[in-house]
Amino acid sequence: DEDGERLRLCAGVAPRGRLLCGPGLQRCAAGLLVTKCGLLRHRQAGGSASGGAYWVDSQQKRYVPVKGDHVIGIVTAKAGDVFKLDVGGSEQAALSYLAFEGATKRNRPNVQVGDLIYGQFLVANKDMEPEMVCIDSSGRSSGMGIIGQDGFLFKVSLGLIRKLLAPKCEIIQELSQLYPFELVLGMNGRIWVKAKTVQQTLIIVNILEACEYMTAEQRKQALAKLSKN
Amino acid sequence: DRGPPSPSPGDTSVLAGLYGPVEVKGSKELPDRAALEVLLRPKVGLPGVMERSREQLLRRTCETVVLGVLHPRTAITLVLQVLSDAGSLLSCCLNAACMGLLDAGLPLASLFCGITCALDPHGAIILDPTTRQEQDARAVLTFAIDSAERKVLTATTRGSCSVEEMQQCLVAAQRAADTIFQFYRDSVRRKYSKS
Repeated sequence: DEDGERLRLCAGVAPRGRLLCGPGLQRCAAGLLVTKCGLLRHRQAGGSASGGAYWVDSQQKRYVPVKGDHVIGIVTAKAGDVFKLDVGGSEQAALSYLAFEGATKRNRPNVQVGDLIYGQFLVANKDMEPEMVCIDSSGRSSGMGIIGQDGFLFKVSLGLIRKLLAPKCEIIQELSQLYPFELVLGMNGRIWVKAKTVQQTLIIVNILEACEYMTAEQRKQALAKLSKN
Repeated sequence: DRGPPSPSPGDTSVLAGLYGPVEVKGSKELPDRAALEVLLRPKVGLPGVMERSREQLLRRTCETVVLGVLHPRTAITLVLQVLSDAGSLLSCCLNAACMGLLDAGLPLASLFCGITCALDPHGAIILDPTTRQEQDARAVLTFAIDSAERKVLTATTRGSCSVEEMQQCLVAAQRAADTIFQFYRDSVRRKYSKS
């Protein structure tokens, strides 16, 4: 049954096991409260223990740090042993100089104010200052660290990033047939692109920004026009 | 984190912009929840006492629905710019505020809408009155109705009316709220159907 305000999650038997309640849903006394507007999504259970996951796919531009997210941060200050990074949230994130692969007290990473860093959140909750690291749990960098010179950093909405990060994303496959380029996607809405020339970089930036509003057809037409030139 | 313009009853329209959760300056920081601030800019001139009192009303209404405990020590700023005023301005601001909160993706416990009722000298209830009807009316009441159980979040009155008349206006407002919530639902559906 469904009215404007209440929705039954599954028509038949109640699911067994634990139900994961993801972004956009909050547990409250009366059950599950939907706190954001958007499309309600469901993923089937992986193992036998969990009963699946529900979440709300909402579009927003403001990023809120979440543990485990990979983001692009801009170094704003060096305070002793810790770098302060702007990640687009309400607070600046802290990154210790030892949190890089192969970093020791004598071998410090060469990070300057204004550099771009790709890392993941180790600590991110509403009560504490967010902390980032550039190594994973086994001590390897796995693609994280200081992002190189040149390239172009720009911001898009969070929904577009999630679309681009989906496996076998059409947009990226089509773009890679156009020019070779390097791409770093941060869950905080930031994208860094680098292609061989400045013009190619800017073309890719414009296409990615426009992807938010273009349908698949329009995108294919735009790319076809570009590959002819 | 910006919001869309509001629906307009007649020719009243208000533009809402929402910024947050962002870093907050020193003294305004609240340790357990987000500090919500509302700025109402009139169409002409500087904000005066009327704008300040409306800002406080809007702030208190928004604070009841926004789940500020999820973002402690942050600030959420809502800026409302009056584009044109042909009556029922306060309820238009309430609607714009709710749509702004919805569009920006802030966590909300429920939605709300604003409805203005005017009681004319004969005692008839006029919903969404024009400026002329507001001036001629004996009393003008504005209600903020929440979406979960159609409860009253805020009620403000200008003029005098009896308790029974206020109850009648409230019932009329609660019925009219359904149209506005359906409008919110349709706008959001249109927005998400594009992607």
